[in-house]
This record gives sequence, C-alpha cells and structure tokens, in this order.
Amino acid sequence: MNNNSKFSVEDLDLFYGDFQALKKINMEIQEKEITALIGPSGCGKSTFLKTLNRMNDLVEGVTIKGKISLDGKDIFKEMDAISLRTRVGMVFQQPNPFPMSIYDNVAYGPRIHGITKKSVLDEIVERSLRQAAIWDEVKDKLKKSALAISGGQQQRLCIARTLAIEPEVILMDEPTSALDPISTLKIEDLAVELKKDYTIIMVTHNMQQAARISDKTAFFLVGEVVEFDSTENIFNNPKDIRTEEYITGRFG
Amino acid sequence: MNKTSIKDSIAFKNREGNEKIFKYIFLSAALISVISVIAIIVFVFGKGIRPFFGDDAYSFTNFITGLRWAPSDNEFGIFYMIAGSLLSTLGAIVLGVPVGLLTAVYIAELAPKKIEAILRPAIELLAGIPSVIFGVFGLGIIVPIIKDISPQQSGQSMLAVILVLTMMILPTIISLSLSSIRAIPKSYKDASYGLGASKIQTIFKCILPAAKSGILAAVVLGIGRAIGETTAVMMVAGNNSGGIPLSIWDKTRPLTSNVAMEMGYASGQHQELLFSTGVVLFIFIMVINYVLIKITSKVGSEGEKR
Ligand SMILES: Nc1ncnc2c1ncn2[C@@H]1O[C@H](COP(=O)(O)OP(=O)(O)OP(=O)(O)O)[C@@H](O)[C@H]1O
Ligand SMILES: [Mg+2]
Repeated sequence: MNNNSKFSVEDLDLFYGDFQALKKINMEIQEKEITALIGPSGCGKSTFLKTLNRMNDLVEGVTIKGKISLDGKDIFKEMDAISLRTRVGMVFQQPNPFPMSIYDNVAYGPRIHGITKKSVLDEIVERSLRQAAIWDEVKDKLKKSALAISGGQQQRLCIARTLAIEPEVILMDEPTSALDPISTLKIEDLAVELKKDYTIIMVTHNMQQAARISDKTAFFLVGEVVEFDSTENIFNNPKDIRTEEYITGRFG
Repeated sequence: MNKTSIKDSIAFKNREGNEKIFKYIFLSAALISVISVIAIIVFVFGKGIRPFFGDDAYSFTNFITGLRWAPSDNEFGIFYMIAGSLLSTLGAIVLGVPVGLLTAVYIAELAPKKIEAILRPAIELLAGIPSVIFGVFGLGIIVPIIKDISPQQSGQSMLAVILVLTMMILPTIISLSLSSIRAIPKSYKDASYGLGASKIQTIFKCILPAAKSGILAAVVLGIGRAIGETTAVMMVAGNNSGGIPLSIWDKTRPLTSNVAMEMGYASGQHQELLFSTGVVLFIFIMVINYVLIKITSKVGSEGEKR
C-alpha cells in the first residue's frame, strides 16, 4: 500500500437490493490530490462517492461487501458514520443550503459538534467563507437568507459549510453541473486551491474539467472501474479501448 | 378514401356552447360559498350589534367587560367567557402542540412502516369522530376522574375542557405538521447528515426549523378549531354564570357554549345579545384566519425561492 494513500478501497461490492451497482472496486486515493471520477450516467460514480462517507447507510436495502479504509482504519468496522462524516465532507450536485441565514448555514456543522461560543463561531464562519472564496461577496449580508444568493454563490457557500467542520477529505458530486461557466471556473480554481490542504474526490461529466484540475482519473462503466491512472495517462494514453472511446466522445 | 373529419361531429360543433355553460356552472358553484359567508356575516352582525343601539340599549362596555351572565337579572357580561375561551384554548395548545409535533416527527422520520400503518388510520379516525362523542367521553371518563382529584366539588372544569380540546386538535396539528415535514426536500437532510449530524440533531436543528411555517399554520388552525368548538366543551365545562376561571379546577363557560345553550329559548334583547356573543367569536376567528393567510402566503414565497 502506498504511503500517501488516504482512502484505500479493496474489492468493494455494493448492492441496491438485488441490483449490483458497484463491482469489485479497487482503488488507492492519494492524499492532497484531486481524483476525478468519470463515466456515463448510471455507472455508479455517485454510489461510490456516497460509500466513502457512508451516506449510503441512509438508503434502505443497501448491502456492502469489501473494505474501505481511511488512513488505514476500516470505515465500516473501526469508525462510526458520524465521526467518519466529520472527516469526510460532501458537496452535492445541486447547491443545497439550509433555509437559514448564510451565517447559520456555515455555523451549522460547528454547532452540531458542540461549539457554542460566539467568537469561535464568528472566526470559523469567516475563515470558511474566505477559504471558499465567497467572503467578499457575502460579508455584508451574513444574516440574510442563504436562498437569496445566486446558485454559484450557494454552491461556494455549501463548500464553506463543509470546510467549517474541518474535514480531511471533500467529496464533490458534479459540483458545477448546475452552474454557469464563470461560477464553474471559480469552483475549479477553488478546488485546485483547496487541494493544498484537502484530499478531493470529484465526480464530473465534464471531460475538460477532469483534464484541467485532477491529478488522477478513474473511469467507471456499469459499476466497474475500467481504468484508474494519472489524469495525463487517461486522457493522452488510455490503455483500455473503452476509456479512449469515452473520452473522445465516441462512446455509445 | 372517404374520410369523415372529426370536425363534422356534432360534439365538436356544440363544444363552444358547452364550454360556456360549464363555466357558468363552475362559477355559480363557487359563488355559493361566497354568498353563504356574506349572508352569515350580514345576519349575525346585523342582529348582534342591534342591542347596543336605540332607546333600551344595553351598555356595550357592560357586555364586553362584565363578569356575570344572568338573563333573569337582565345582566349580560361576557368577559369571563372570553377569558374562559382563551385560557382553555391556550391550555389545549400548550398540551396539544408538543404532543402533536412529536407524533408528526415520529411518523415522518422514525416510525417503522408497521407502526405508521397503525398510527395514521388512528389519527384519521380521531379526526372523524363527531364532537358529541368527545363530549360523551369527556363527561363519562374525564370529568369523574377530575372530580376525584379536584379540590372542588365538580369535575366539570376548565381542565376537562382543555383535555377534550387537546384530543380534538391533535389530528389537525399532527396531519398539518406531518405534511410540512414531509415536504422538506431530502437535500436538506442529506446536507445535515453529510455534516456529521445525528438523526435527532437533524430533526431538531434542520427539519423542524425548515418546517416551521407549516407547523405554525398547524398551530393557528388548531387554535381556530379549539376556540370554535362547541358541543363537546359545552358538555364538560360546567358553564358557570359568572367569574373568570382562576384555576384549571374552576368551571368555565366558553363563548360557544353560551350561544348554543340559550339560543333555543331566548327572545328579545337576550337573544340579540347571544348574537353579539357570536359576533365576538366571529371576530376571533377572523383574526385567526388573517394570521393563517399571512403565514401560509409566507410558506408559498419560501417555496418559490427553492
Ligand atoms: N437508492 C437507489 N436504489 C436503487 N438503485 C439505485 C439507487 N441509487 C442509484 N441506483 C442505481 O445504481 C446505479 C448507479 O447509480 P449512480 O447514481 O451511482 O450513477 P451515477 O454514475 O452517479 O450516474 P449520474 O452520472 O447520472 O449521476 C444506477 O443504475 C441507479 O439506477
Ligand atoms: Mg451521480
């Protein structure tokens, strides 16, 4: 096993009832890198991502086999879901701020985890919003509803909200698919900036995006990882014909 | 080929006429409710304000601030009834809202399917039970128990009213809170769990705040139901002829009871003052409806922002 491995996935199978959504996934995800997950719709990217912070536990009828470890610790056997999720944050496809003020959105996580002191919360809120490159845009309206800002701003707010719980890994499920090109570029820049401190795993349907910002890319097809390699190799030198077909857009 | 065009059919030719007729049928159906409301308002208000005008006018101040209702002494004070109605309603809300809300949360978020399958029909049945049955139950079960433990001789009391009203508003509170909780987008819950919140934390910090307008509407509707309830409360209230209820053991005489008990035989000014009592009740209900409209329109605009 590689020393810098953050997540190590071994022979992961996942079933929704009888339907097998993930088949024998093996993957080493490196610390402080951006790993992109690509593949056609329905191939299991979101399912895989949600397995990494055990959000699939909330879905009825899910069975999981195999092993996933975070820093060498089994996330199913040696950790509870709550402490796992404070270490592995998640940003969803649709921006989903709570219907509360911007401030309360960012403070939600810290409050859940027992921080009540106003000065500490203030500091966390400001730091997280700065890290998510949205502080300047919202600093004068922290008490305003988070639903009243633009979709791109909402998504960066959701990233700030995730950063506020100081995770080590950030999972992003098509974080820019609902956004305009300028907001998309902002989020991409942000991801590159964040990778200095965080491990990022990002699902994307946008090939250019994967090529631009990721270090490693995994290509999924009907529940399997066809190819997992450096982004450079995947895009310039794919070993599997199916990968090549997919990235060049010739796929089915 | 000889095609018969659909346009030749009689139904098509008549359709425009049919549309017009149906429009008027719909319109007149809709007008019935408007006309009913207007008729009731004109009638009740018209009769209800008459006793305060003319040669033998009854003092409005005495009516609204009076602490005794004694038609035989020509004394008609309803302040103690207003107080009784409001205090009983308050009591029912204080008991009914927490119980109803917890039930709704339980059904929406925690209950296994099997338990939900028992709870929901039970609640629907509770909503369908006629008022008089609640009264019978109150009189047969609740009042005797209260009589045993009360420092006063009678079991008919404000406490009995509160308990009966609580049972009666529970279905309203539960079903409305439940639908507002169910309407919360799953994405809010995902966000909360994703931040490492437990189920209970998610319920109290995320779900209930997000559902608060709907819950508030449920509470207001519950207040309306409680303040307007007549038959059941009349049977358990004791309906004293004077004095503000100072403790839950005291008898009380809700505004609704007053009208329902005496309207049958009253005449003259006495009867008109019963209409006046109805007007006061009506004003309370209108205020409650106004608040409800304000709250629900706010719910609507929050929805649009999503
Ligand atoms: N809760 C669920 N219950 C049953 N089947 C599910 C569930 N969620 C996903 N699936 C199935 O699992 C497969 C993988 O779904 P998943 O959402 O992971 O795909 P995806 O790669 O993220 O697709 P997309 O690019 O469209 O988001 C699909 O066939 C989907 O229908
Ligand atoms: Mg997906």
